[in-house]
Amino acid sequence: MRPVTEAELHAYVDGALSEGARAEIEAWLASHPEDAERLRAYAEQNAILRSLYNPVLDEPVPAVLLAVRSPAWRSYAAVAAIFALGLGLGWTARGMLITPQTVPVSLARQAATAHVVYSPEVRHPVEVNADEEEHLVRWLSRRLGTTLKAPKLAPLGYELVGGRLLSGPQGPVAHFMYQDARGQRLTLYVSRQRGEPRDTAFRFSQEDRVSVFYWVDGNFGYALSGEVRKEQLLKVADVVYKQLNP
Amino acid sequence: MDRSSITEHIPRLRRYARALVGDRYVADDLVQDTLERAWNKFYLWRPGSDLRAWLFTIMHNVFINQARRRRYEIEQSMEEVPAVAVRATQGEQLELQDVDRVLRSLSPEQREVVFLVAVEQLTYEEVGRALDIPIGTVMSRLSRARERLRQLLGGQTVVPLKVVK
Repeated sequence: MRPVTEAELHAYVDGALSEGARAEIEAWLASHPEDAERLRAYAEQNAILRSLYNPVLDEPVPAVLLAVRSPAWRSYAAVAAIFALGLGLGWTARGMLITPQTVPVSLARQAATAHVVYSPEVRHPVEVNADEEEHLVRWLSRRLGTTLKAPKLAPLGYELVGGRLLSGPQGPVAHFMYQDARGQRLTLYVSRQRGEPRDTAFRFSQEDRVSVFYWVDGNFGYALSGEVRKEQLLKVADVVYKQLNP
Repeated sequence: MDRSSITEHIPRLRRYARALVGDRYVADDLVQDTLERAWNKFYLWRPGSDLRAWLFTIMHNVFINQARRRRYEIEQSMEEVPAVAVRATQGEQLELQDVDRVLRSLSPEQREVVFLVAVEQLTYEEVGRALDIPIGTVMSRLSRARERLRQLLGGQTVVPLKVVK
């Protein structure tokens, strides 16, 4: 019996041999139990690796990946979205001078703007990932001068992606991002509010394609944004509110 | 075939990326980069050739460049992952996460080869073309990767399989 090559043994495991060559290897293995044992382990590795990674094929593809056309696409989309919001923003800036209730309205616009800028990001949607949640929350709490919490939205299908620190008109802003299995993202914008502490009811604002629920609680304004239906967003906003005010 | 056929291959690219970098979000970043490059360089694809293999080549290049810049991970040296740490106690089944961790202890080059052969089931020639290495190199990486895995998995039975008569 001629000695078989290492390459032939691998080809046997991977089913890459002809009938005749297979029989030859099998004859070799019958008299070489160590090789037989080794190949059994290799075949098992193949099966293990397939069962480990094949489930990825059944996961829904995130919308951001389906939307890829070219690198420029993302920035065009963001600029277009900001422009659409910006038209409204100028109008509000004038409105603010005469309407005392407009601070929360601008909170909704700031939140919607932050949402359209950061939520299409694939590479850097957040500064700190959810796997460092404790660090993230501690860091943002210190910067905002309060004790923050990242609401747990997993029961609603939204996992925390992470968060970042933004600069808003009233100083630092904490920005948390969530994502569902389809890649749909929601962002929670938390910013200190000027003036006396007060509480407001939930308010809704449609900022171009972005729906926003926002409210003021004491010294802080909260805004939850997403390109989802109003009723769906309200459900999430309700959970966020309850978790922040147990 | 036009550029939009790239989209059909996204699930496979995500699977490959997951094996390369592990973390789901980092893996999807890698897919994103690969897709963007594929869209921009589509004129380089030879009509009639295997689009899937071409996309794997792009992902390999993106991955290797990024791994070189250490943006995805700091390679663990083999000594840092002792075999005992991942070996299940007798009679206990290995968890799939353990296998993932073991795969991560291979060098990126070995991981790519073993994945493309075992999961993607490319032929050795196709692997060589996708990674732009001679077939001898494919075989030596495959051989080393499999021996390494065998050592680390410690002969535990995860999925029973009868191969040798």
